[in-house]
Amino acid sequence: MIKIVKRDQPSRAIFFLTPILAIFLTLVAGGIIFYILGFKPFEALKFFFIVPIADKYGFSELLLKATPLCLIAIGLSFCFKSNNWNIGAEGQLTFGAIVSGGVALLFYEQEGFYILPVVILAGAIGGMLYASIPAILKTYFNTNEILVSLMLVYVSKLILDYLVVGPWSNPEGFNFPETRQFSDSAKLPLLFEGLRIHAGIFLALAAVVISWFVFYKTYLGFQMKVSGFSLKTAKYAGYKGKKMIILVFLISGACAGLAGVGEITGPIGQLHREISPDYGFTAIIVAFLGRLHPVGIIFASLVVAITYLGAETAQIFMQIPKYTGQVFQGMILFFLLASDYLLFFKFKFIGSKK
Amino acid sequence: MIIDINFIGLILASIMASAVPLILASCGELITERSGVLNLGVEGMMIIGAISGFALMTVTGSLIIAIVGAMLAGVLISTIFAFLTQTLITNHVATGLALTIFGIGISAMIGKNFVGIPGKEFPVLFEGLKDTIPLLGPILFGHSIVFYFAFSLPFITSYFLKKTKIGLIVRAVGDSPESASNQGINVRLVRYACILYGGAMSGLAGAYLSMIYTPQWIENMTGGRGWIALALVVFSTWNPIKILIGAMIFGGLTIIQFHMQAIGVRIPVQFLTALPYIVTIIVLVVISRDSRKIRLSTPSSLGKSFHKDN
Repeated sequence: MIKIVKRDQPSRAIFFLTPILAIFLTLVAGGIIFYILGFKPFEALKFFFIVPIADKYGFSELLLKATPLCLIAIGLSFCFKSNNWNIGAEGQLTFGAIVSGGVALLFYEQEGFYILPVVILAGAIGGMLYASIPAILKTYFNTNEILVSLMLVYVSKLILDYLVVGPWSNPEGFNFPETRQFSDSAKLPLLFEGLRIHAGIFLALAAVVISWFVFYKTYLGFQMKVSGFSLKTAKYAGYKGKKMIILVFLISGACAGLAGVGEITGPIGQLHREISPDYGFTAIIVAFLGRLHPVGIIFASLVVAITYLGAETAQIFMQIPKYTGQVFQGMILFFLLASDYLLFFKFKFIGSKK
Repeated sequence: MIIDINFIGLILASIMASAVPLILASCGELITERSGVLNLGVEGMMIIGAISGFALMTVTGSLIIAIVGAMLAGVLISTIFAFLTQTLITNHVATGLALTIFGIGISAMIGKNFVGIPGKEFPVLFEGLKDTIPLLGPILFGHSIVFYFAFSLPFITSYFLKKTKIGLIVRAVGDSPESASNQGINVRLVRYACILYGGAMSGLAGAYLSMIYTPQWIENMTGGRGWIALALVVFSTWNPIKILIGAMIFGGLTIIQFHMQAIGVRIPVQFLTALPYIVTIIVLVVISRDSRKIRLSTPSSLGKSFHKDN
């Protein structure tokens, strides 16, 4: 007989092992879905998860996709750790891209070492401004940050659409919904000849290091953790709750904004309608899969980035719809949440009495 | 300029038609939330309903099978949410988000083969009576059965919650799961039922979109309506009758947008499209500002897991 028993204490080993279990279960379920769709499961999984990263180019693409995911997820971990549900990172990314893109366009056909830092800074500020809306509404008007941050995603995409179709569209662009190409000084340098991976990856790595330091070495990190466990305790301890809410939103907005900058000044080089394949939403999954831990998030962003590449490869070689990527992302989160059960409960085998 | 009174009636009728999916999904989610469960997966369940309804209609040719199938699809996918949040005690917010991402992905995957297929005409009731009464004729008559169901649903929901025993149980579970449990009510069972019911209503809302409102399948065709439905529940302060008002406002914003474009108002189309989202935020701010009032009407255990140690 098997009995389910509550653990005295959540198991720390299982805390970091369950993400791996979740990935494994996702692969199994994915194989089953491929089988139902009429593909050979192992072959399909190979095309999905191994073929895309088998060469140098593929690996560079993996890092390219993992960079924004990691950056945004790091920012989100500040919010999630302190019980703030910012799910509008996609909007903050878009708005950051709009602001930095606008600045980059100001420097059209100009060169100078100072341009790129200004463009990057503008993106971070744009993201922060946009994230400050749900934060301020939450702190001073008691408004649900989930709904506000999400509604703002739609608004940001419409603003972007308006700008690239209207006032910012390329005058020589035959009415294509896109801006001019940014000047070279406004673009992130490529790291290797012939590969798309760019210097934006250093922004992500810097975010990882800084967040680790803040989480584990500062008083602020401790305050965030306490508020995450219990708002009542935080209040009792006298933490400035409102200030912290705004701060974590600003941090996560800045990260999302930087991810937007990385996209438009990196692989894209201009503004157009589709600057992000929902990185802002996918990063939520990355943050959870990485257990809101900076190092965990690095690994999680690589794993989830594969689902983007795999979806593209599988579409080209096997005509598997590219949305399979999203299905996998949803499943990873499902399985991760489900396996959390093992954190708090354990199975006990009891010999049957005779 | 002579304004045709029937034209006003037609505009009002189109506003009501665009309010239908919001009413359905919101009323479903309202019951779910009244039992203490916050399901952020409305958008995902809705889009699953949309593709299931459209696909079943195309494959079987039967509208009844399609409508019922869409509701069952909503139930099916919400079962995942129910199992995770109720049996495995997962976080409601994260699970709901996963449901939405998963639902959008799955629907696009199934929908791949249904893009560009024309929909079918959905039968309307009382078509002949439309011209008998000025103004009211187009409002009252000539709509699908789903339309009539949607506009009666807030009243049914209100009656259910206030006057029936099961409604009382749902509210008890949402307001104080501990005491409900002590009274011998199976909290988990009630919450399962409320989640699945919410799934069915979201599924129906989706089917309305793909089968009646714009009879075709377009990827991501729910376009955030699921999220607006969630906002409407807050807007209504968990009172089903107020959902009706909220849904009409949002339906109105959608329709006015088209008419303003048609008469050539010089506002960029993107700003008009953004209007419902911006208004949602403003309305949420106005509603939530009074924290005491919102605390009084929010189901006390909303979004909190309940686990009974045995």
